Formats: sequence, C-alpha cells, structure tokens
Amino acid sequence: MVTKKEIKQSVVIAFWFMLLTFPIMVIKVNTIKNEVIFRWQALFWTGVGTFFASLIWNYFLRLKESKKRADIKDDVPTVHRLLNTPQFRTPFLLAVGVFFLAYPFVFPMYHTSIMISALVYVMLGLGLNIVVGLAGLLDLGYVAFYAVGAYAYALLNLHFGISFWVVLPIAAVLGAICGTLLGYPVLRLRGDYLAIVTLGFGEIIRIVLENWSEFSKGPRGIPDIPPPGLFGIELGQHATVIYIYFIVIALVLTTIFFVNRLENSRIGRAWIALRDDEIACQAMGIDKFKTKLTAFALGATWASLGGVVFAAKTSYINPMSFTIWESITILCVVVIGGMGSAIGVIAGALVLILLPEYLRAVAEYRMLVFGALQVIVMVFRPDGLIKSVRKTYKFERAEK
Amino acid sequence: MRWINILLGLAVAGILGFYGIRELLADPVYFLELFLGGLVRGSIYALIALGYTMVYGIIQLINFAHGEIYMIGAMTALIVASVLGLWGWHSAVIAILAVVFAVVYSCAYGFTVEKIAYKPLRTAPRLSALISAIGMSLFLQNYVMLAQTPEFQPFESLIPDFAFWEPYAHIITSVELAIIITTVVVMILLGMLIKFTKIGKAMRATAQDKIMSSLVGINVNNVISTTFVVGSATAAIGGVLIACHVGQINFFIGFLAGLKAFIAAVLGGIGSVPGAVLGSLVLGISESFFTGYFWSEYEDVFAFTILVIILIFRPSGILGKHETQKV
Repeated sequence: MVTKKEIKQSVVIAFWFMLLTFPIMVIKVNTIKNEVIFRWQALFWTGVGTFFASLIWNYFLRLKESKKRADIKDDVPTVHRLLNTPQFRTPFLLAVGVFFLAYPFVFPMYHTSIMISALVYVMLGLGLNIVVGLAGLLDLGYVAFYAVGAYAYALLNLHFGISFWVVLPIAAVLGAICGTLLGYPVLRLRGDYLAIVTLGFGEIIRIVLENWSEFSKGPRGIPDIPPPGLFGIELGQHATVIYIYFIVIALVLTTIFFVNRLENSRIGRAWIALRDDEIACQAMGIDKFKTKLTAFALGATWASLGGVVFAAKTSYINPMSFTIWESITILCVVVIGGMGSAIGVIAGALVLILLPEYLRAVAEYRMLVFGALQVIVMVFRPDGLIKSVRKTYKFERAEK
Repeated sequence: MRWINILLGLAVAGILGFYGIRELLADPVYFLELFLGGLVRGSIYALIALGYTMVYGIIQLINFAHGEIYMIGAMTALIVASVLGLWGWHSAVIAILAVVFAVVYSCAYGFTVEKIAYKPLRTAPRLSALISAIGMSLFLQNYVMLAQTPEFQPFESLIPDFAFWEPYAHIITSVELAIIITTVVVMILLGMLIKFTKIGKAMRATAQDKIMSSLVGINVNNVISTTFVVGSATAAIGGVLIACHVGQINFFIGFLAGLKAFIAAVLGGIGSVPGAVLGSLVLGISESFFTGYFWSEYEDVFAFTILVIILIFRPSGILGKHETQKV
C-alpha cells in the first residue's frame, strides 16, 4: 500500500518541515528578560508528526485522484439515507426531541448554559449557511450583524425600556436593513471582494462600538440587560436559564423550518444555481443582484436574532464579544459541517462549540485546529462532514 | 454615469486640494512630517501589496495567508537577532543575518503554503481556495502564537541612527529613510525581474493565459511557486523594516497589515504591479493625513471606507483594466 518511494518522499518532507519550523518551534525568545530557550524535543516531534501526516496526506490525495478518475459518483450519505427510512426516522427524531426537552431538567444549570451558546451557534450557522452555503457568497463580517442585534436589544432596553419580545422583530428588520445597505454596493462585484469588504465592515462596527462611547458605552460595555419576560412572572436564576433555553430551541426550530422551506423554494433554487454558475443563471432570467441581496439580507436577519438572544442570555455585552474570531468560528461551523447542508451545519455547530467547552485542555488549540480543518476539508472533502443532497428526479419507464 | 463620476471626482479633489493648501500654509513642518510618515507607511504597504497583486494576477486568488508570511518574516528576524545578540555578535552582522534569515524563511513558508493549501485546489471553485486560504492564515497565526507568545515583544531596531543624519532626524529618522530607500531598490529590482528575465516573461505569460503558456513549454507550477516565493521575499523585507520602525511585534501584526496592503492593491488595480505601488503610496499618505488632521482612532475605518468607495465607483482600481467575465 505504501511504496518505498512514498516513504522516501515523506522523509524528505519531514526534514523540510523540521528545517522550516526550526526558529519558531525550537527557539523561544523573551526579549524583555533577554533569555533564549531551546526546545530540541519540539524538533523531534515535528519531524515524526510531519512524516506520518505526509504519508496520510498522500494516501488520501491518491484516493481522491483515483475516485475522480473512476468517476465514482458519491452516493447519498448514510445520515440522509437513514433519515429517509421511516423505521429509523421516527424513533430518531423522537429521541432527539426527548433529549433536548429533558436536557435542562436533567443536567445542571452550567451545562444548560453551554448548550444555549451552542444552540445560538446553530442558529448563526444556519443563517450564514444561507449566505455562504446556498448563495456561495463568502461573508467574513457576519459577526457585525450579530453585534447589531445584541446592541439593538441592549440600547433599546436601556433607553426606552423595550422588552425582549418587542425587540426581536425590530432587530430582525434592523439586521435585514443593515445587510441590504452593506450588500448594495459590493454585491455587484465578484465574490472575492465581498469577503474583504465584509471583513472590513465587521472590524468597522467593532471599532465604532469601541470608540463612540456616547452611543455604545465604549469598551466598558452595557451591563444589566434583562432576560426575556414571561407575562410579568418573576423567574429565579435557574428558571430564567431554562426559559431562555426553550426560547432558543423554539428559535432554532423556526430557523430549521424556514431554511428547509427556503432551500426548496424558487429563491432557494435560484441561490444554489447562482452559486454554481452565475452566467448561466443570468441567461435563464434570474436577477443576479436581487437574488444575492436577498440571501445576504436574510443571513443578516438571523445573525441579528442570534445577537438579541446572546445579549439576553449573557446580560452583559461589550465590543470584545464581536471580534473577527467570532465570524471565523461561525464560518468554520458552516464549512466543516458541510456548506449548504442544514444537518451538517447543526452537527458542526454542536461538535465545534461543545467539544472545546468540555475539553478545556485542548481549548487553546481550538483556532489552530479550526484553521487546519478548514484547509483539510477544502482539499479532501469540499462538501464538509455531512454533505447536502440535491433534489433529484428519476424518470422510470412505465410498465406496460 | 461617467460624467457624474468625473464631476464627483473633481469636486472631491478640489475640496481636498483647498484644505491641503490651507493646512500646508498654516503649518508646513507638520504637513511635511505627515507626508513623509505617509510615504513610509505607503512603502511598507507596497512591499506587502506586491505579493497580493502578483499572486492575484497569476491565479486569481486572494492569498489571505500573505499577511502571516510578513509576520513570520518579522518573527524570524526577531528570533535570529536575539539569539545572535545573546552570543555577542557584531550588530552589523546580526542585521544582515536577520534579514537574510527572514527572507529565506518567509520564502520557504510561502512556497510550502502554496503547495499544501492552494495547489490541490487549483481546479476547484474559487470559494474553496479562498476558504482554504483563510484556514491557512488562521493556522499560521495560532501556530506562531502557541509556539512563541501571545504578548507583544519589543524589537530592537536593526538599523542604527546614523551620525551624519543627525541634523535631519527630527523630520525623518534614519529608519524611515532606510524604509523608503529599500522600497525603491526592491521595486526597481522587481521591475527588472518581471521585465527582463526569462522567469519574469514566463510570469507575465502565465498571468495572461495558463493553458497557452503551458503549451509553449512553460512549467506553470514552477512559475506559480516562484511568484509566491518572490512575493514572500518582499513581504519579509517589509516585515523586518516595520518591526524596526514600530519597535514591537506579535503574532497578530500580519492581519491588519495584510488587509491594508490588500486595500492598497485593490486601490491601484489588483493584478497590476505598478498599480500596487501607486495604490500603496496613495493609501499610506491619505491615511497619514486623515489621522493627522481628523480622528486617529478611526484610522482603520478610513481605509475600509476608501475600499468601499473604490469598489462602488471604480472597481478596477486606478491602473487596472476593466475585465469582462468570460464563460
């Protein structure tokens, strides 16, 4: 399976990487204390690590090539096949339903709270999935709309005492307006510019929030944001968390419903078609600009809703919650989960957010792993963990 | 539409010119300082922007990891300089070795990044390559952060304050002078490389038509690798120079510098080498005036606003050609 030539090649690559990472991995300098530490063991591990990584990399690259050459059409992923068999589908959905319903009552508050953040990411991921996965527009400033929602709730509540339930629709509209305003100038252009402009917009929003203290209270942030009300009933701390948990569950279900319906609607099909071939789409009479703008605005709407929930949950927000890392994390959820596939995004969000929370030891390597995973997924499995399934029609000859 | 654009441009230029002359007359020294500061800034942007624009010209990819290559250049220089400094070597030798190592290592990183993250995706949709580039950038940042330190590290300038320059140092320091001179030299060398050498000719051919150039016997893979290596080398020089100028570096400096340089490349017309230089100088100088006369805390906002304005009114940049999309 592994030829001699490949082993030789991997040894060369291992030496190359040992040389390449030498200054940064081995030498650790501290220019303040003026000391230098040599970590020779890092050199050894880099060599061994790259040797095996290179073998695996080559193996998978060959696998991919042979698959391409044989022109094997990937069949429907197991998850989808299972979900489409009724014997499995009903008990599975029931089990998931019971699990999520019982979750806050079985597990302590801390775990519920973590689950809420993961579910907020599910929502954000599904929203970004519309933009990146379906419409193929790379949005790197998604967190800006998230911030719009969070600050909309915090500020409207602070100045006018407007409650959560009233802000929710206002924030949704606000998000859509912001999305349209930002999308308007840049969506006419080719896709890569959009990535940079949205990245810039995300940073602009954060810088403005940090510096315009009269408006946003600056880096100190806004404390004491009230949790959502329940017909004026006073809830205890634990009860509030459970209540927010169910609100998020409801919002996630609504999102799944909407996304599912959108995907198979006229506009959803237009998004997917635009992603695959713009020129052919325009020839078919699809208004490219308007369709893209809709995707962008809808994505922003969901981010904004997520922001409102986030503000209500943490009861304190400051600009530091809305850095570029947040955008990148959401993008990772979509990319690694599977672009365009709702199930993939949900699974991706739960895995990518919950895993680092519980494995504190590896939490500091989170971003490193995310970065590496993005490259690996793009090279070997561009469809992500669970790929989306396109609607296909089969014509069968009628029996005579 | 065209006339409106020209009229708007003239109006903006008129207002800016009026205020510029007024400020110049009010305080010429401050004006000059800002101008030279902008020139220095622009030179650094130019050194980074070249890598973006050359790579974009050849494979139509925004190399997001380019800012990280620049950061790795600065980091390597810091490491080499401090190790040699501890061993008590002469400062001139340290300066030369630090720059050499920074350039060599940045080139090696640029080369490797291309082989891992972009080469397997050459025929894939553009979105895939772009996401892969972002992943690479994220990976490199965190790799340096975890292997070194997340804190800012002071960087002792490798360029001494020359004694003969003392009388003029209040207007422009010797480090700033060195930055401008180095940039000019690098630009001339690069221009000659692209214009007169065989590999430069191959680069231009590949940028025009990849398939055709491979038909006439150009090894396209080698040309793309060379482009990454050359771009990385200039970025590394920029990294070392800015580290000397600012005096401290950390793992995150590549992000913003890379973004600004990209904006500069778009401003000049992405894909065009003279455009990148021109765009960088325009961006650097206008940023410098903006921070000097208006709000310094909104410096980055200003750069992005410029980007959006260009993209609306002239997406092909100052020197870029308008491109029609082909099927």
